[in-house]
This record gives sequence, C-alpha cells and structure tokens, in this order.
Amino acid sequence: MPMTITEKILAAHTGREKVEPGELINARVDLVLGNDITAPVAINEFEKIGAPGVFDRERVAMVPDHFVPNKDIKSAEQAKQMREFSRKHNLVNYFEVGVSGIEHCLLPEQGLVGPGDLIIGADSHTCTYGALGAFSTGVGSTDLAAAMALGETWLKVPESLKFVFNGELKPWVGGKDLILYVIGDIGVDGALYQAMEFAGTAIEKLSMDGRFSMCNMAVEAGGKNGIIAPDEITRAYVEGRCKRPFKFYQSDPDAGYARVYHYDASLIEPQVAFPHLPENSRPVSEAGQVEIDQSVIGSCTNGRIEDLREAAKVLKDRKVHKNVRLIIFPGTQEIYLQALREGLIEILIKAGAAVSTPTCGPCLGGHMGILAKGERCIATTNRNFVGRMGHPESEVYLSNPAVAAASAILGRIAGPWEVL
Amino acid sequence: MELKGRVWKYGSDVDTDAIIPARYLNTSDPAELASHCMEDADPAFPSGFKTGDIFVAGKNFGCGSSREHAPIAIKAAGVSCVIARTFARIFYRNAFNIGLPIFESPEAAEDIREGDEVMVDVDRGVINNITTGKTYRFAPVPPFMQQIIAAGGLINYVAKKIEAGRGN
Repeated sequence: MPMTITEKILAAHTGREKVEPGELINARVDLVLGNDITAPVAINEFEKIGAPGVFDRERVAMVPDHFVPNKDIKSAEQAKQMREFSRKHNLVNYFEVGVSGIEHCLLPEQGLVGPGDLIIGADSHTCTYGALGAFSTGVGSTDLAAAMALGETWLKVPESLKFVFNGELKPWVGGKDLILYVIGDIGVDGALYQAMEFAGTAIEKLSMDGRFSMCNMAVEAGGKNGIIAPDEITRAYVEGRCKRPFKFYQSDPDAGYARVYHYDASLIEPQVAFPHLPENSRPVSEAGQVEIDQSVIGSCTNGRIEDLREAAKVLKDRKVHKNVRLIIFPGTQEIYLQALREGLIEILIKAGAAVSTPTCGPCLGGHMGILAKGERCIATTNRNFVGRMGHPESEVYLSNPAVAAASAILGRIAGPWEVL
Repeated sequence: MELKGRVWKYGSDVDTDAIIPARYLNTSDPAELASHCMEDADPAFPSGFKTGDIFVAGKNFGCGSSREHAPIAIKAAGVSCVIARTFARIFYRNAFNIGLPIFESPEAAEDIREGDEVMVDVDRGVINNITTGKTYRFAPVPPFMQQIIAAGGLINYVAKKIEAGRGN
C-alpha cells in the first residue's frame, strides 16, 4: 500500500506497517518541546499526573524564548518555574539565556531534530522541522504534559495535500514568498487538519533556511504539519550535526493525496500579506503606497543566517528612513555570532538598525518592539492578526527580509529593486 | 448534560491573539486570563457577559498560536460552550484536554444570531435555538475524545494509564 512521507513516519512511530488518513494512533515521540509561555501550564498539569519523572531527560527540550530576557516580574516567575523544573528533572536540553535562541531556529541548529523524527511542541510553529523531513506539529500545554510523562501522544493521521512548485525562482523570491503565496491561494484554513507536502524543482533547489521558512508557516494555513522530502541539501545540513540517528523517508510515487496543487514558481513575485490575515497576500509590486513606522526582521520564520545576509545585502551603505525603526533579531546566539563574523551586524547597525538578542518578543507583541495605536509595521514574522504586535488599532504586513529591509530604507512598503 | 445561555456571535478566523492577547501570557492564572478574554476583539464582552453565555462563531475558530491560555480564558470567564462551523486544530485538542465543551455545526453557526437564547443537549447531540424554535445537530464527538471526557480530561486519563502500568 503506497504511503506519503507523513504516513510513513507516523506508521514507524506506531510500530505498524501502515497507517491511513483518519486513523487515531498512539505514537512514540522523539522529542517534546516547551517554552516559557507554554511550559509553566504544562508543568502544573504534569505535577497532577503523578508520574515518577519525565519519560526521557534527553528528549524533553525547554527553551525560554518568548518573554526573555525577562520582560517583567511575572515573566521572570514563569522562566524561573521552567528553569527549576529542568534542574529538578536533570533535563539535558534546557537552554539558558546566553546560549539559547528562538526554539525553532535553535533545535535544528543544535542537532536535536532530524529527518524521520516525530516531534510535538507546545508552540504552533513546531511544524518548522518538517523542512528536515520530520513529522512535527504544535500542541497545547496539556498535550505536552502528557507526552512528557508517557513519551507518546495521540494523533489523527492527516490527509495529505501536495504543493508542487516547478520552475526557476525570480530574484528576491524565497521560501517565505512561496508559503505566503500558497496561503493566499488556499486561505488560512485551506489545509485544516491536513499535512502540507511541498515538492517540485523549485523546492529541490531551495536552501535549508528557505525550507524552514516554508514549513514554519504551514500552521497559518491550518495545516497539521508541513513537510519536504529530505535530499542532499538536507543531508549536508544534518550530517555531523544531528545528535541522534536519522532516517530519510520519501512519499511513494502513487501515494494518495486529498488534493495536488501545481504552481509555476517562475511567476511568483515577492509577497506581502496585508492586515489582518496571512491569506491577504499579494505581490509587492501591487502593494501601493503604504507608509510604515517600523520594520522587524527576525523570528522563527526568518531569523536565520540567510535572512540576515539578504537584509544586509539591501541595507549595505544605505540608511534606514528617519521615520522608521528597524529592529533586527537573529534567531540564535550562533546565528548572531556567524553574522558578526561575516560583518553583517556592522552593516546593519551602520544602516541604523537596532540589533536585539534572540527573542520571540516583537513577533507576538510581547516586548522589544510593541506598536502604538495607528502604527504600521512590516515584519518577516508569521502573523498579522489584529493587535498581534501591540495596539489593536496597529497594523502588521508580512514579507521576506529583503522587502522588509527595502521598506525600512524607503519608509514605505517597497521591493529591494527600488533601492539597489 | 444541558448547556443554556445567551449567544455572543463572532465571525470567522477568530484567532487566539483576539481571545487572549499575548501581553497577558505572563500569567497562567485562569481568573486573571478570564478578566482579559476577548477584550480587544469585543469591548462589550467583559462588562456584558453573564455566566453560562455561549459563543457562536464561523469557520476556523481559535486559529493561530497553541496557547492553551485561550480555551482556559474562555472557560474561566464562564462561557458554557463554543459552537462553530469549524475549529482550528490545536484549539480543538486544547479545548477537549481542559474540558471546554465545543461543538461543530455549520448550520447552527450560520443561523444563530447575537443575543439568541440557545440550549445544547450534549447527550442527544442537539442544539436548540429557544428564541427561534429551530434545532440543529452537531457532529458527534469521536470515540477517543469521549474516553478523554469520560476520564475527566487528558491529565486524569494519563494518570490512570500510568497507575494501571504500575499494577502490571
């Protein structure tokens, strides 16, 4: 019986030859994840279970990243609860401020997720790891608590959708643009409960960082997971990095899909998603005159080294517009260091950017870049809901890093070709 | 079980930032979360709400972040249940796990108006709009979800599983 890559990974973690869409399974998890917002709730629930300990102290990752460095006393208490729990249970993968970073940039970088893995995390963007050919999905805190105790979770095997991108990408078009384009096409619930598999010649050539951006936003189409079949690009990333054995799975050629979408990748332009849903995407060239107050480059979607390189390419020897605050936050300390070594940070600061320590802060309106009433922001983040980055009457526009950088220079939404 | 209350009607794609803005996620205290439930999206809600009232919404209710604080805020505010055309995946799981009753019924979600009096007969699978006299059926709860509910939520379900394991 032919299976998709998602079905194969789920079957392997259930000890079965095959699984079918719609089936409920109890699956073994390779890693579970919590952050400083979701872990405190999970820890409280975990204590109620009365389990002797976590199922495996190497497979429970705790990443303080949302409100750290602690933004206020309450956040400090939450981070402390997480730290103390990690110490009590001797968790190997607790990441303190200073060595930490944004969870979905950090865990792949640290070799804690690999091809063929099954991962759940109490964060909706856990779907990012599908870029490595893993099955990964977001859950809530109670699900995390149960998985910390049992080392397994219940899942409904999703139907799969396939998105095939053939053709050569235009300049300045990357994974972020492809996923915004898809969400614009199918809507914010266009893949509700389903697996989103990305394939085609454009995906085969897409870098790892571009693939992370794509799979990261599967949840913004309602998807359960995003996934890309592992190949030589994946192998180059995981070899020597991955701390556990990994396995490459591929979809069978005759596997069943609920629907297959075909796109001519050569026709897709850099995208901007207008307020207040990620599905409101359109080409930058059709954005019109939209003045901005702030530009944010970073997050679990676009906080990786390639994203910073792209931003620096646009900002080199140029200045941020006098009416704009440009805030750049690298995804991890390692990415930050790499950007330093490459001279990118100097370029960004000379252009007038505020470069921040890794944090999820601005993306979710937590801290480090909140918007006032009526303000507009272009951001390489993943959500532009009402009030997402601050005041309910502020606005967020989503784009790739080059567009966010060009917009910071011109003070309005712009393509990089307008400044280069 | 019967749930009865006055309806607060919302549109489609109500996201978890609207249900509980991230600026309040520095606490997990249900009462505190409840006091900010829907405050940006519906300023009338905090003052006009009565315990037992019901949310009725369009498609993809609870989309966005995985924050369990969203269903916790709704439940702790005293909302007796949420009826929607569809629910976002993580919200759906979270609601069951924490014991917030939710029901999928496209017809009810379409028809029912703000301020209607509605009664849900959970066991019979029927939603009754007392104001208009119309009734609707909702999608049956999957058997595994029923097991979780019968156990008193996921945590009790897991605790029993672990307890049973110790006996072996």
